[in-house]
Amino acid sequence: MRNIFLFIRRYFNFLFFLALQVLALSFLFRYNRYHEAAFMSVASEITGSVNTRYNTVEYYFKLKKANESLVQENVHLRELLRSNYQGADTTRQLVVDSIRVDSLVLDQKYFYRDAKVVGSFVTTQTNFFTLHRGLNQGVNVDMGVIGPRGVVGRIVNVSSNFSTVMTMLSRQFKVDAKLKTSGDRGTVSWDGISPQFVQMRNIPKNVKINKGDSVITSELSSIFPANILVGTVDTVVNDPSTNFLTLRLRSATNFSTVQHVYIVQNKQLEEQRMLEANTRKTNE
Amino acid sequence: MNDLLKNIFRFFAFILVQVYILHKIPPLHRFIVPYLYFLYVLWLPFSLGRTWLMIVAFVYGLSLDYFLLTPGLHAAACVLIAYVRPFLVNILIRQEGAEQSYGAPSIHSMGLAPYSLFVLVLTLLHHGYLVFLEWMEFGNFWYFLGKVGATTAVSLLLILITELLFYRKERYRTNTA
Repeated sequence: MRNIFLFIRRYFNFLFFLALQVLALSFLFRYNRYHEAAFMSVASEITGSVNTRYNTVEYYFKLKKANESLVQENVHLRELLRSNYQGADTTRQLVVDSIRVDSLVLDQKYFYRDAKVVGSFVTTQTNFFTLHRGLNQGVNVDMGVIGPRGVVGRIVNVSSNFSTVMTMLSRQFKVDAKLKTSGDRGTVSWDGISPQFVQMRNIPKNVKINKGDSVITSELSSIFPANILVGTVDTVVNDPSTNFLTLRLRSATNFSTVQHVYIVQNKQLEEQRMLEANTRKTNE
Repeated sequence: MNDLLKNIFRFFAFILVQVYILHKIPPLHRFIVPYLYFLYVLWLPFSLGRTWLMIVAFVYGLSLDYFLLTPGLHAAACVLIAYVRPFLVNILIRQEGAEQSYGAPSIHSMGLAPYSLFVLVLTLLHHGYLVFLEWMEFGNFWYFLGKVGATTAVSLLLILITELLFYRKERYRTNTA
């Protein structure tokens, strides 16, 4: 017994070093897998409020770009208005969708909340945004985040007034997408090289692809509504060893300037997840 | 200024500079991440015991981690350099008893060549460990080598600039004072 104490005393520093390393690494691996860490909610309240202060200055310099992208989005939405469409002759008839207004709220699958980006990084291998919206405002983990131009990321952490978004520029982020022209589906993820480009995998080789083709979210991605722009095709990489193409996409969102985003809540996600989990259970 | 106050001030200053200036620089290349924050651990006074050195480094690294949302990554690297630092100081110190005579590691207290070596070794260790942790998840060997090399070069440049801008003149301590 005495020898054990002597041993601990002799190598106290080394043991203490090992203990701190284990603690730090357990934080890291736990966060990488489950995105939770000790004191995370307290810490993100503090870092969030510091970020907000910094952002009041930074926002001023990015106002022009933020305005531009919001105006573009407005133009896009205005073009969808019914009053813009009128057939020149009577053989073609414009049919108006007949959703009743009072049932709209009940049937609404996706619910949008606006949010301000107060902290953002694009320099590392896993990039996160901090949004000034949290649990108190109804934000929860696993909601999708889209910007004025397209997909941004997914909420991974919430505290009472702030939330953190894992952006598309993270190694672990994946979104199910499809080509707008042919409808072929693939997975979009980031290879960590350039913050302007993301990769789309598993596109069959027989599909005809042109530079500049749009890639949009598919119906399979449960956290994003379908047909949200992910990016446009920049180059097609042909890997002879597989039957699939890899596309390099120019991401629709400019991650270093985006200031306003929308948090998307899928109101039927819970039901869908439960059903899928039950199916998996019965088939095992 | 009091040593404790000075170090508390540095604690916040280094973190804010790292988070809001160096990490806001638009990415030049995926290998280049400008790191300067760990200079705080290098500048901690000699009088701090090894255990306390590691505790301070851990808390310091973790507070940076909460800003950058990588809990544990920088803390682990900081603890490593805090653990190795006393060994290096013992090997590299110029004369007997310099630890008692001077406050903290600097060009003035250690001499230019030993201090440069001290900074180089700890920077390499820090980046090596940091990128190694990243490498375990993804990347290949060339990614590891390239990133450690490029990041170390950028860090050394930043440290040189910092040392020139904030020249720390350590006064010689005597028993009478």
